[in-house]
Amino acid sequence: MRATLALTLGYLYADLMNIYADRGNIICFAKRCQWRGISLEIERLGIDAVLNPADYDILFIGGGQDKEQTMAAADLKQSKGEAVREAVESGVVALAICGGFQLFGQYYRPAEGEDLPGIGLFDAWTIHKGPKVPRCIGNVVVDWKGQPLVGFENHGGRTYLGPNCSPLGRVVMGFGNNAGDGTEGAVYKNAFGTYLHGSLLPKNPHFADHLLKLALFRKYGEVPFLPLDDTIEMAAHEAAVARTREGKR
Amino acid sequence: MAIRFSPRRAGAVVAGKIAGRLSRVMERGGGTALPGLLAYALDKRMVSALTTQIPQGSVIVTGTNGKTTTSRMIATILREAGLNPLHNSTGSNLMRGVATTLLDRTGISGNLQVGQESIGLFEVDEAVIPLAIREVKPKIVVFNNLFRDQLDRYGEVDSIAQKWCESLLDLPGDAKVVLNADDPLVASLGEVLGDRAIYFGIDDLAQGTGGLGHAADSKWCPRCRIDFRYSVSFYGHLGHYECPNCGLHRPRPGIAAELVASQGFAGSDVRVRTPSGNLTFRVGLPGLYNVYNSLAALATSCALGLPLATAKRALEKVTAAFGRVERVEMDGKSLYLLLVKNPLGCNEVLRALFADGQAKDIMLILNDKIADGRDVSWIWDVDFERMAGNVNSVVASGVRAADLALRLKYAGLFEDQPQMLLVEKNIERALRLALDRVVPGGTLFVLPTYTSMLEIRSLLAKTGFLMQYWEQE
Repeated sequence: MRATLALTLGYLYADLMNIYADRGNIICFAKRCQWRGISLEIERLGIDAVLNPADYDILFIGGGQDKEQTMAAADLKQSKGEAVREAVESGVVALAICGGFQLFGQYYRPAEGEDLPGIGLFDAWTIHKGPKVPRCIGNVVVDWKGQPLVGFENHGGRTYLGPNCSPLGRVVMGFGNNAGDGTEGAVYKNAFGTYLHGSLLPKNPHFADHLLKLALFRKYGEVPFLPLDDTIEMAAHEAAVARTREGKR
Repeated sequence: MAIRFSPRRAGAVVAGKIAGRLSRVMERGGGTALPGLLAYALDKRMVSALTTQIPQGSVIVTGTNGKTTTSRMIATILREAGLNPLHNSTGSNLMRGVATTLLDRTGISGNLQVGQESIGLFEVDEAVIPLAIREVKPKIVVFNNLFRDQLDRYGEVDSIAQKWCESLLDLPGDAKVVLNADDPLVASLGEVLGDRAIYFGIDDLAQGTGGLGHAADSKWCPRCRIDFRYSVSFYGHLGHYECPNCGLHRPRPGIAAELVASQGFAGSDVRVRTPSGNLTFRVGLPGLYNVYNSLAALATSCALGLPLATAKRALEKVTAAFGRVERVEMDGKSLYLLLVKNPLGCNEVLRALFADGQAKDIMLILNDKIADGRDVSWIWDVDFERMAGNVNSVVASGVRAADLALRLKYAGLFEDQPQMLLVEKNIERALRLALDRVVPGGTLFVLPTYTSMLEIRSLLAKTGFLMQYWEQE
């Protein structure tokens, strides 16, 4: 009799970095596991908490305001950044949204003042061009390996990828990383960075399941992974894509 | 005061009035912003020139939640005191809305035509405060609270607070500022104001919820960047806070609710301490957020030197500002309209709704037009999970009905009874379906976002149930 499959998720800076309700992604992970009889334990990792790379199958970090992002950057530099890199090198799944995505790059350069160091997980860097340059705000559709991802972006920073850094996908409608080169997000091993809120995972169940499968198969090998009835998810997905199209006309 | 004829202003006024007349005739949105927009575009100094002509000066009201309700409470107090508020009462709170309000009382000469008892009362959008303060030169500004709201419009809460702080420098030297002591970012505005700052807040510790919810923000000391310690938490990030490092703490409010007794949907009974004595009154609108609104209005009344008895009479007359909390009887059933704009407000409405433990029939309407906020991510910060066991049926409607259905699925609602959740984008059809599910004599609670609230009111008005909003007051 097989024991219940179990995954552990490390939720970085849950209180600091939740400016755009990115906790919706945690809710999505939790329910999609529950519906499959997979036990998902969620551990909140705040400032000063110790991160042991071997303890987690998935790591998540959301978006935050400048002040909170600075605090998280300092904490990552001091303690957790090294552990996050080690975890990702060993294949741990990571999802970093917006401000979190920026912090997982090389650095974040604000319009004024010092660069904020990132953990250098993605070979990417972000530059804020100042208050006079319009923010990248709006619905966005991304082509992720032939499948659409839909979400909402809202960022002042423009992110640029190094020559060997893969994007998460190509922008179909919207601004993407820098409103210029058509890339959105970044990928390194099983770590994914993106600017998509929405929240991201609920409306993109195929992507949520991709992440869950990566984590599950890494831990247990290829175990049965039941498809779920995603009618409601895809209805919201389609409606959001249509809405994006309306907005861009 | 010298009245000067300004041809440019006169031209702008005439153009605006024609636009307003046309707009009302064509029944497009009551012409409450177009005239001002046009006139303001033609004469940018219009607002500052006209507001200097208001005999009793002006009051500006802002904040994320409660601007319209608080303004309406203040308007009622002012009228009770024999003053005549020039009020952008329909909630059109950008500069064009202020301009329209002034335009309505301006003659074609381009000068204001109002009596000595007139006082400006302008509800102003958070992002427009710096401009409004410069142009209106108010004698009182009321900062009700600052929450995350419509992030795709503003970007970040901290930058709004920063802009507010800078805008205080443009205030007339004797202007007073009414501040929510329980909101750290708002209260901190008072640091540079000395005794021109008038604080209101809740002292009744029994109103505490025990712990900050996840939808809360600004919980950190702005000087030290470490968490405030909260001895009590009332609503979102509002409460009694102190920085364990530098000692920055909640200022003692001069207008303080010492006792709050909730009467459910009928409102709350409040006992308030003020510099001129104690006052007990009934706030006729539900929830702690409306207690705060009434305290803000009362503090404004005190700042204007109006008698407490006047304020009490007025506050007890207040009916809900359109659509914020509104009740309609139709087909032998009751319908409550409860506007929701952001996670905190929505959570508070849900808290008030489920307080009595009786299962409710609910209709949620989610739009994502500019005035609603185009980013619907915020619904993932709402505790829809608490609907479980508290609702008979839910109808999800509006442009983003599918997102609502998705959120509710992940909130674990109706996992065993999927038929209890109906999804219908069209508001008219959805309302029909929702009402059909309510037993005779029962109540339907409708939670719309801003533009869906306008749509549903328009719908109800066409069938004769509500006055169109520009006919009120």
